[in-house]
Amino acid sequence: MKTIVRIPCVTTTSISNMAACAELPAGGFVFENCQRNKFLESQGYKVPKAYKTGTTICGLVYKDGIVLGADTRATEDTIVADKNCAKIHYISSNIYCCGAGTAADTEMTTQLISSELELHRLNTGRQPRVCTANRLLKQMLFRYHGYIGAALVLGGVDSTGPHLYSIWPHGSTDKLPFVTMGSGSLAAMATFEDRYKADLSRDEAMKLVRDAICAGIFNDLGSGSNVDLCVITKDKVDYIRPYEEANKKGVRQGKYRYDRGTTVVISSEVKKVELEVIDTEVRAVPMET
Amino acid sequence: MATMAMTNMFASDQLAAVGGLRPGEVTTGTTIMAVEFDGGVIIGADSRTTTGAYIANRVTDKLTKVTEHIYCCRSGSAADTQAIADIVKYHLDFNRMEMGEEPRVHTAANVFKEMCYDHRDSLSAGIIVAGWDKRGGGQVFSVPIGGMLQRGPFAIGGSGSTYLYGYVDAMFKPDMKQEDCLKFVSNAVALAISRDGSSGGIIRMAAITKNGVERFTLTGDQLPKFYEDN
Repeated sequence: MKTIVRIPCVTTTSISNMAACAELPAGGFVFENCQRNKFLESQGYKVPKAYKTGTTICGLVYKDGIVLGADTRATEDTIVADKNCAKIHYISSNIYCCGAGTAADTEMTTQLISSELELHRLNTGRQPRVCTANRLLKQMLFRYHGYIGAALVLGGVDSTGPHLYSIWPHGSTDKLPFVTMGSGSLAAMATFEDRYKADLSRDEAMKLVRDAICAGIFNDLGSGSNVDLCVITKDKVDYIRPYEEANKKGVRQGKYRYDRGTTVVISSEVKKVELEVIDTEVRAVPMET
Repeated sequence: MATMAMTNMFASDQLAAVGGLRPGEVTTGTTIMAVEFDGGVIIGADSRTTTGAYIANRVTDKLTKVTEHIYCCRSGSAADTQAIADIVKYHLDFNRMEMGEEPRVHTAANVFKEMCYDHRDSLSAGIIVAGWDKRGGGQVFSVPIGGMLQRGPFAIGGSGSTYLYGYVDAMFKPDMKQEDCLKFVSNAVALAISRDGSSGGIIRMAAITKNGVERFTLTGDQLPKFYEDN
């Protein structure tokens, strides 16, 4: 379902009138509560914590298409909230998007744009292009001025070839042959800068992406668990989850339970404890039919 | 849908936005420059975009096309300038259809100015508009933060430009040829890169004349060298 968001607009410039359009429906995200929230915060009410994907995500262009990679750890501050979350999101059959930042934001943003793109595909009768997905994402994120914490790596193959974009929460995008995002992006970028070449083979590309994600997993506290990969070519998509279980849960070496009978019972005594009735309350509970 | 997205673009002016870059925002740290010569303009820029101390893109193209013969050099917030350039490109496309001829550089500069001035409280964008049209030849317009519009024989912008004011005032000569302008711009950008931490990477240049746009890239050893203590 296409959701159109309306933001109350105070200024109407001549340019806005020139590009005037149909009446926008009400509802959706508004900024009117910001002042109230600030006030509440000052009164001591705690702001609800967002659940972040610490994350290492990356992508590169190789000979036949795109390889996207991601770790699978989702953190709430220092606790691992999800040990195996999926960070590579479906946008369309030929376009996938990795998301770093606030987990809810990346999930909802990618789903929204995936939905818009599907409607667009039905409208145009053509396979969607990566640049279209990029435009939709950047225009939405710009509108929210960075408050939607979604840092994305968008990749896909369309009629014009393979394309890879990195999209920042404020709405700027870069079109590059290899990109990394997330808290582990520096470790992953170091790997890419060292070994990336144009026209890698499928296996070399997958190994390089896997190594970059592992660099993030092992050197960044916000990233961990497994490596997910997504290989996109003109004809098919290989969504490999997990590509590698880099952190398998260990097997317990010994038992810590004590068997019954370890502590010998010497004697037992039964005592009656007198309880005083302090208060009686009779309450009518409505019956539920 | 695209139209709706664009008219809502700056609606959160009412948001208490600080006139400046928000924490975590990607900026084109930058050195940008444009020079007019007889027959066209030369534009040049470095290629670094940063988020704090990390270089998000070391091969950025800050010279963005808005029409066949008009380019803009972007500095300030990457998101703001990309969004503005997209909207201006859209408006100039309309203008071309309505007028039946290529838009004038002065028109493009004014569209940029409208956008940057009207939303000056929520934008952080320093733009140089430069191009060629058949009525006025090569023209350079500066639209700095705040939304002023100023035409000049040359313009510099971005964080690295502060190191160039003396150099350009001393070295600029009116009526230079294309090759001299290219040398002037590449030398200036190289000097800024060597002094400004937010500028770096490669030097991208373009020559815009009635024949179209010719792009140049200076990488590695091709960057002009100046006094180095070694």
